[in-house]
Amino acid sequence: MTSIMTEANQGLLDRIPQQPVPEDLAEDYATTGYPFTRDAKMKMRNVNVFYGEKQAIYNVSMDISKKEVLAMIGPSGCGKSTFLRSLNRMNDTVEGCRVEGDFSLDSDNIYDPKMDVIELRARVGMVFQKPNPFPKSIYDNVAYGPKLLGVYNHRSELDELITVSLQRAGLWDEVKDRLHQPGTGLSGGQQQRLCIARCIAVSPEVILMDEPCSALDPIATARIEELIGELAENYTIAIVTHSMQQAARVSNRTAYFHLGKLIEINDTNKVFTAPEHELTEAYITGRFG
Amino acid sequence: MQATNLLILILVMAAIAYLIGRGRALSVAQPLGGIRHLHSLPYYYGMRAAIWCFIPSISLLILWVTLDENVITALLLADIPAEIKPATESDQNLLFNQLENIISGAISVERVTPAIAAAAERLEGLRQTGYWLMLAVICSAGALGGIWGWLKISPRLRARQQVEKVFVAFLIICASVAILTTVGIVFSVIFESVRFFNKVPVADFAFGLEWSPQTAIRSDQVGSSGAFGAVPLFVGTMMVSAIAMLVAVPVGLMSAIYLTEYAKPRVRALAKPMLEILAGIPTVVYGFFAALTVAPYLRDLGANIGLQVSSESALAAGLVMGVMIIPFVSSLADDVITAVPRAMYDGSLALGATQSETIIRVVFPAALPGIVGGVLLAVSRAVGETMIVVMAAGLAAKLTANPLDSLTTVTVQIVTLLVGDQEFDSPKTLAAFALGLMLFLVTLCLNVIALRVVKKYREQYD
Repeated sequence: MTSIMTEANQGLLDRIPQQPVPEDLAEDYATTGYPFTRDAKMKMRNVNVFYGEKQAIYNVSMDISKKEVLAMIGPSGCGKSTFLRSLNRMNDTVEGCRVEGDFSLDSDNIYDPKMDVIELRARVGMVFQKPNPFPKSIYDNVAYGPKLLGVYNHRSELDELITVSLQRAGLWDEVKDRLHQPGTGLSGGQQQRLCIARCIAVSPEVILMDEPCSALDPIATARIEELIGELAENYTIAIVTHSMQQAARVSNRTAYFHLGKLIEINDTNKVFTAPEHELTEAYITGRFG
Repeated sequence: MQATNLLILILVMAAIAYLIGRGRALSVAQPLGGIRHLHSLPYYYGMRAAIWCFIPSISLLILWVTLDENVITALLLADIPAEIKPATESDQNLLFNQLENIISGAISVERVTPAIAAAAERLEGLRQTGYWLMLAVICSAGALGGIWGWLKISPRLRARQQVEKVFVAFLIICASVAILTTVGIVFSVIFESVRFFNKVPVADFAFGLEWSPQTAIRSDQVGSSGAFGAVPLFVGTMMVSAIAMLVAVPVGLMSAIYLTEYAKPRVRALAKPMLEILAGIPTVVYGFFAALTVAPYLRDLGANIGLQVSSESALAAGLVMGVMIIPFVSSLADDVITAVPRAMYDGSLALGATQSETIIRVVFPAALPGIVGGVLLAVSRAVGETMIVVMAAGLAAKLTANPLDSLTTVTVQIVTLLVGDQEFDSPKTLAAFALGLMLFLVTLCLNVIALRVVKKYREQYD
């Protein structure tokens, strides 16, 4: 039922005590800070997500602005991954998951029954917690999406697309001589950059990243963070992370989730230097997980 | 019967040894201030005493039961009167049958010579003595073992480790039973095959194109000299197996994909057990289904569209065998498809692939080695399957490539060679062992390849 939440946060659940929501906040779903922007790429209004009977997200409303990097932080089980996965309807594949509320990508309603989920996912790409290259060659991994969508006319166009994608993902120099070797043979950090290359090969408008560095070592993590900064010039990025330092380093805005509610969303600087909400402050100062 | 009684007795003694051993451990612990001052828990001391009682006595019992009859025979023959002393082995068997009958009362004592009556009496006497002796020896062995185990109990005794070792030894014995049985079967088949190949050259057997195992038993009999070319049989086996795989692999694979990827949990909960029921149907039932339902149907169907279908056809046997193997393929494929990590699906779906694109381009290639391994295991099942082909494929060893014709397989021929009255040293019966050996080698190779492929697949995600 809660497979995604537990999957994403496994290992942390047992050592992080869940804090009960203070009495005075229980009825107050209002979010502190600036959830809405003038230049929104995605708009989410009154979002509720349920796993069977259990509610995972409570009445979240916010925007993701064009070409910004939005970080989502919060303790384990707070619903940030669930929220992220509802943005490209990956939650559709989860048994018993129900999503309510209005989602729009530019002017298109994401949860419109007429919405083509396949096209949506090509527009809103996703990078996962654990690098998940297909058991194919590096070339075929990146070519996977373009081949499905048929976005090229000649083999040379595809080659060009793959080169550009790998270059943008900062992987080209490391793999240009072994494009036809299996992607699973790369190191963890390289695999994750391969997954990013695979994602940008279908020219998404938004890239969702679900703890993209949690399975990587510090050097690979630094490489990916640098890459996120570069990608932000062309793409809108929403990243879920457990590392507050990472959020502080890569994002423009930071959203703090707590027990399924969006507590505060503000400029990253402000969140980490002068949080407005007591829960945010408690979290970033490390009073709880 | 006697051995059974003794076995019960030994178990009772072991139980007593356990109780008193445990009791002694407890009483030893008492003055020290409780069982925490013992090296092991009290029941380990009990177990150790019980093992000391059980193992010597049970080994003696097994040894005794094995040697008992030989010793008694030797003793009896040693001082038997010269006039009834058997000259040959068959005479000896005859004599002992007679004695046996006298003891059981089937032959009355008046009807035999006094020497034989005396011998019978002596045999029974020897058996009685033997029984009591065995009882005494085993009981004392058990008692001595138990007492030894009991005496050695002290707080520092490492009973736990010793019991553990015995347990491991027991597990090793159990594991080696299966292995030794396999080795035994292989060797018996090899020895009999060697006898066969002494009479029929290996090349004739392996490459001969004619199979007609009837040989003349007596010299005045009109019979063929026998031809032992196994090629038609192996061609038949391959044909039936190929037809079976043509049915089982696509159907099994598709149903596995449907059940793992598309079916709702309720459908899956219903359909999967139903599919697996197929695996529970005895093959003999499949056999008469093939022979009495499918084969005539195919023959009539063939007649309607102007095809000559024999009433026992490779097609009928192969189709039904394929149905039989479906659950085998589908459950293996199910396992390997489920083993493909969820991250692969998510990665593909997130790139805008549909479910079927994901299955064809990601899941299937990732699961392919596992599926190939499963299919090879299924092939070796098809090759070894007997009952369906016995009933539905026919007996005529024809070298044909026509699936509508009747043909015969290796397993069918093994059955027919060994059924009925046979001499066990004629090439005809020995041929069964040679066929068995060939079949064994084929399935062995398939299994080895299959296991290798499956193993290679397993390494992929770790």
